[in-house]
Amino acid sequence: MVSPDDLDLIARLRARDEAAFMGLVERLQPALIRVARMYVQSQAVAEEVAQETWLGVLQGIDRFEGRSSLRTWIFRICANIAKTRGQREGRSVPFAALAGDDLDAPALPESFFQGSDGPHPNAWSSLPADWTTFPQDRLEGSELRRVIGSAIEVLPPMQAEVIRLRDVLGWTSEEVRNALELTETNQRVLLHRARAKVRRAVEAYMESG
Amino acid sequence: MECRDVVEAVTAYIEGDMSPEDRARFDEHLAQCDGCTNYLTQIRETIRLTGTLDAESLPPEQRTALQAVFLVWAADR
Repeated sequence: MVSPDDLDLIARLRARDEAAFMGLVERLQPALIRVARMYVQSQAVAEEVAQETWLGVLQGIDRFEGRSSLRTWIFRICANIAKTRGQREGRSVPFAALAGDDLDAPALPESFFQGSDGPHPNAWSSLPADWTTFPQDRLEGSELRRVIGSAIEVLPPMQAEVIRLRDVLGWTSEEVRNALELTETNQRVLLHRARAKVRRAVEAYMESG
Repeated sequence: MECRDVVEAVTAYIEGDMSPEDRARFDEHLAQCDGCTNYLTQIRETIRLTGTLDAESLPPEQRTALQAVFLVWAADR
């Protein structure tokens, strides 16, 4: 729903406040381009779609009824334009191609758990490390940020976008669901996969040092 | 609930998307399992660390282009 901050922003956009518009552009444009890129064939077309989205936002702001948050509404405009463009390009993108084909895969490899022949089947074969004992400077350093950034980059597009919106940008699950047109379950499964893979990247980095 | 189940339910647990019964079972398991307690802490730490990434910044040429979109629109009414 529309927050007080949104109401203020909507009023400023309606009043032709350039700073308000550019602030919004600054925050959302990179994510809009990525969302558009899921449906169209090139980065250049995705940038065009994002630009068209902003024009749609400006032209529609006087009629925006606030049935979703402002940024959710903007993402929906973008996704609609991108899908139309994608269809015109003769490109149809199945959900599995965006979401990844590993949604049903376990978060950890089999070897992490004891088999049916172990003393405690399905319990840990060796206990996960206590990360609170990791050296702080390594944990808070810029190198680990790069490791996490790269781990996100190689995720299937929809997994990458869900973790970026949720955990990098701090959106709520409801906003992400609405913006990316996901069911509650899909949003959670995508986030689950994404976090599990980023966790493994952090673990590999911390154990390599 | 077994460790393997905890690992797959950890997101639902953190998100608060669990029935009270499942949540109680999850908590009960955690109370007696150091491995799963560590795993939950690892996932929470992963979320915190991911939250320290910088949001991407906008290339200047895109900013200029969108400013132009705004100015044309604002002048037109």
